[in-house]
Amino acid sequence: MIDKELEKLKDYKYGFTTEIENIKAPKGLNKEVIKFISNIKKEPEWMLQWRLKAFERLKHLKEPDWQKPKFSKINYQDIYYYSAPKSASEKLKSLDELDPKLLETYNKLGIPLQEQKRLNGIAVDAIFDSVSVATTFKDKLTEKGVIFCSMSEAIKKHPELVKKYLGSVIPVNDHYFATLNSAVFTDGSFVYIPENIRCPMELSTYFRINASETGQFERTLIIADKGSYVSYLEGCTAPMRDENQLHAANVELIALDNAEIKYSTVQNWYPGDKNGKGGIYNFVTKRGLCKGKNSKISWTQVETGSAITWKYPSCILQGDNSIGEFYSIAITNNYQKADTGTKMIHIGKNTKSKIISKGISAGYADNTYRGLVNIFPKAKNARNFTQCDSLLIGNKCGAHTVPYIKNRNSESKIEHEATTSKINEDQLYYCQQRGLNTEDAISLIVNGFCKEVLQQLPMEFAVEAQKLVGISLEGSVG
Amino acid sequence: MTLELKNNIEKMFKEKKLPSENIEFRKKQIDIFLTKGFPNKKIEEWKYSDLDHIIKQNISNLNFELKLTGDFNYNNSEILNDFEHNKIIYVNGKIKNFDFPFEERENIEINYNQDFKTSKNSINSLINLNNALTFNYSKIRILKNYNFKKPLVIYHFGTKDINSSVINFRSDFVLEENSSLCVINIFKNHSKNNFININQQYKISKNANLKNYRIDSELNSGINYFFTNIDLENNSNSETFIYSAGSKFFRNEINCNLNDKYSSAFISGIINLNESQHHEIKTNINHLSENTKSYQLIKSVLNDSSKGVFQGKIFVDHKAQKTDGYQLSKSLLLDKDAEFDAKPELEIYADDVKCSHGSTSGNLDENSIFYLMSRGLSYKQSKKLLVDGFLNDAIEKITNQDVKKYIKKLMKI
Repeated sequence: MIDKELEKLKDYKYGFTTEIENIKAPKGLNKEVIKFISNIKKEPEWMLQWRLKAFERLKHLKEPDWQKPKFSKINYQDIYYYSAPKSASEKLKSLDELDPKLLETYNKLGIPLQEQKRLNGIAVDAIFDSVSVATTFKDKLTEKGVIFCSMSEAIKKHPELVKKYLGSVIPVNDHYFATLNSAVFTDGSFVYIPENIRCPMELSTYFRINASETGQFERTLIIADKGSYVSYLEGCTAPMRDENQLHAANVELIALDNAEIKYSTVQNWYPGDKNGKGGIYNFVTKRGLCKGKNSKISWTQVETGSAITWKYPSCILQGDNSIGEFYSIAITNNYQKADTGTKMIHIGKNTKSKIISKGISAGYADNTYRGLVNIFPKAKNARNFTQCDSLLIGNKCGAHTVPYIKNRNSESKIEHEATTSKINEDQLYYCQQRGLNTEDAISLIVNGFCKEVLQQLPMEFAVEAQKLVGISLEGSVG
Repeated sequence: MTLELKNNIEKMFKEKKLPSENIEFRKKQIDIFLTKGFPNKKIEEWKYSDLDHIIKQNISNLNFELKLTGDFNYNNSEILNDFEHNKIIYVNGKIKNFDFPFEERENIEINYNQDFKTSKNSINSLINLNNALTFNYSKIRILKNYNFKKPLVIYHFGTKDINSSVINFRSDFVLEENSSLCVINIFKNHSKNNFININQQYKISKNANLKNYRIDSELNSGINYFFTNIDLENNSNSETFIYSAGSKFFRNEINCNLNDKYSSAFISGIINLNESQHHEIKTNINHLSENTKSYQLIKSVLNDSSKGVFQGKIFVDHKAQKTDGYQLSKSLLLDKDAEFDAKPELEIYADDVKCSHGSTSGNLDENSIFYLMSRGLSYKQSKKLLVDGFLNDAIEKITNQDVKKYIKKLMKI
């Protein structure tokens, strides 16, 4: 029995489940459930109204269907929209009061909350199923005036900030999944960096879907006030289940004058088994607004998990001289499907954007880059550079590039290039000749292919991501 | 588009005394068109060119039942005298003249039977419209081992006599083994506000060779849709050049199916616009077999408030190993209201391929202008020199010397 379990976990080491008592909202999507969520989180009335507005809007919306990976119909009435570990319902004073089983889970995931405190000075906000269970390093951050807490806490403690910025980048009446999130979001992280503060450490969130038949709908809001800087990292895992689970998060970033936000994602949700059964539907809306002058938002993502990844972290370059960057690695193996890319919307003068996307496709997978570069008539001297490279391993997979380029300003300059190729036989031969086996050789070559993006990740995670690249491609040759 | 229109069209079918089977086919096609209407921007492929909107803005009271009475004449001085050629002349969408003085007629079969088979590419409602309302159909077959001695020029004349009408026509070409043909479509439109819907189908057999050029150079108020489908067999080759500059709206759509080994397709084009013109080139290259090759080069120059669009797609089937596909689109925006939109797309299912695309858009390089002006050229001269050089890249791809010369003359290069 145990052997069998271990055998199963070989492919996806985060595939375990933790048996923790959960509080769940009744199944289904209706007004009562939204009220239940709002009630259990002791939210103020305006928040509930905001959710209900989104829900009203949702009734008139349809799921978008232009994407490449098609998925079977989601029954939105068959999902638990709220699930929380029982022990989290009472407010904890310190980490020591945390359910030991939860702590154990996080240790297995490689984020020992206790040790992390001492070791590498990264503040972590961990989100289990739907609620945020622990935030470390609070004191040190408070000293600097940085607010890093769960979304529900922010709604209570900093309503003026939340009211001002929530929905200012992803409005209530956006597309289907974003609006669904606005109606039922359960928790998430909230970050506020005050003026002229350089956040002293990397902030990090860890997401985990544990309970079955639940969807995860977290909402993250990061505000970098004038002249501030923050680097933020999120990671995600989920247990192995045969059914498909939905993850529809919203992430909003706002950078004011001279501020910079760096947002990195290592996404490793359960990708489904070798035959494409199960796995997470990762339908996430991420959008950053460079509101102020000289602001900068940079997205880095390493997408290795999920049955279907469907997301486009975007930058709205509104402030003059603002900069948007997007670095992405998307790896799909077996029956995974990814449709990802970015949108760079140039509104302000002298805005710059850079897109580097690396797609790797193996097995029966499909990998699509889809991106938009849109230069508005007033965006004088706008500049964009896009490079999309795809690598195919095997002849059952697909790699696609669908860029949309719209230029309405004659003083701007856009460059786009894309290539598709397979791993060069000569390179492979060279590595093997020097004693590497085929898998190690491929891992080495792929890592070289991705290097430009991996370099953008914070040190600690670059190492992890590099390993992940190798693991994700295991069994893809032969 | 109402029931009345539908009845009128059905009456027209009866008057034409077509076989009943053919009437049934046309009825079905017009039904599909009437339900779908003209393509609008909600359809992904028409995202950048909302034809429904363009037609509504430019043509009020569009007339579908064009009754051609009387004999329209074209101006003889508009026939090219730059090089010797064979002619097909359409006036207002009606075939006026077939003239093949340089060819051996026993090697060419021409068929006017209106009872054509359905075209398999019903990719949009305009094809349905064309299927339903084309009464000017010709099929030209070039027999085995015959090479056309001189190019074939197809003139599309529009006279002042018609306006606000829909004109449909279709021509099919079959190139049998080892044959070759050079076709030049030339547009001379003096009519006002017509929607011209052309469908051309080419079937290129083993070792055959097609050169296909189209020239729309004179300013006119026409709204055009020109669909071309090219099927290529073993070791066959097609070359297409598009000069897109004259009409108010022009969408050239080219579908190339590389069905068998060693076939290749080359497309190059120029979009050169002024005022509020809006032109689009849309290509679909389908690599369906191994060892096939495609190459695309599109250069656009946009003045005033004109809009240029390039949508190109390279599709590689999982069987099509060793594909070589390349696509490049470059554009110059010379005025502040000009707009260029591009969607260069790759869809690849085979791993041993070499596919790439590039797209750039921007203004002229100030340093180059400075360089030329410092050597005594005026600003205008330097600009023209740079723009001409920019467009010349695409013109140099033309392999027929007569056509190349003619286009250079048109552009005063």
